[in-house]
Amino acid sequence: MTSERASVATAFAMNSVGEACTDMKREYDQCFNRWFAEKFLKGDGSGDPCTDLFKRYQQCVQKAIKEKEIPIEGLEFMGHGKEKPENSS
Amino acid sequence: MVKYFLGQSVLRSSWDQVFAAFWQRYPNPYSKHVLTEDILHREVTPDQKLLSRRLLTKTNRMPRWAERLFPANVAHSVYILEDSIVDPQNQTMTTFTWNINHARLMEFGLARFKSNVTKTMKGFEYILAKLQGESPSKTLVETAKEAKEKAKETALAATEKAKDLANKAATKQQQQQQQFV
Repeated sequence: MTSERASVATAFAMNSVGEACTDMKREYDQCFNRWFAEKFLKGDGSGDPCTDLFKRYQQCVQKAIKEKEIPIEGLEFMGHGKEKPENSS
Repeated sequence: MVKYFLGQSVLRSSWDQVFAAFWQRYPNPYSKHVLTEDILHREVTPDQKLLSRRLLTKTNRMPRWAERLFPANVAHSVYILEDSIVDPQNQTMTTFTWNINHARLMEFGLARFKSNVTKTMKGFEYILAKLQGESPSKTLVETAKEAKEKAKETALAATEKAKDLANKAATKQQQQQQQFV
């Protein structure tokens, strides 16, 4: 069932930073890759079928990031307004 | 000072294949150091662009001497953020990738360098003290000052001597000319 799919996918897919989130991440990735190639790149950016999967996956991974204290807070998109390095001597 | 590298390459594929492959490029035989991959944010803008933020963790590989000095860093991965904008209408993709914790991990490199420089200077002063035969060890700065003073005096003496010689030569010439009058 899910475990068989997972063992095939293991060789060709990445893990999530949250160990418990890996299956959710892979499920979301599969959905996204299909939508991306078949819809989005062909000009149809509406109707994203992966939003539910994404929500579940995000809940899990954001929790893992907090637990591991990964410093992702307050970082502007595309690095705009990047702070100066601490040791600029 | 940040160092940068610029590289350019051409991929022999259509743009849509490249964009699709971008989201599927891990894992690959060259990415054994990449441990995890996560999408932290994704949205489609009103003008049909896809914005994404991807978090990667990579191994923090250090030589063994560094592991001994900084055992706390051994367990820490490097965190990388990759922001991207995919614009299918203009067929462009822009990405911005940076590490968010490696600067902290690089402190071991800086500390080691500082320690080495300090050792170098201490060793130099030690040798100088020995050469000066146990007299109160002077610092490199003081030694350099003395050398500068001495050089000035020598130059001054040389200038005086040159003037003196020139005068003597001039006087001799005058005397010779007078004789032929």
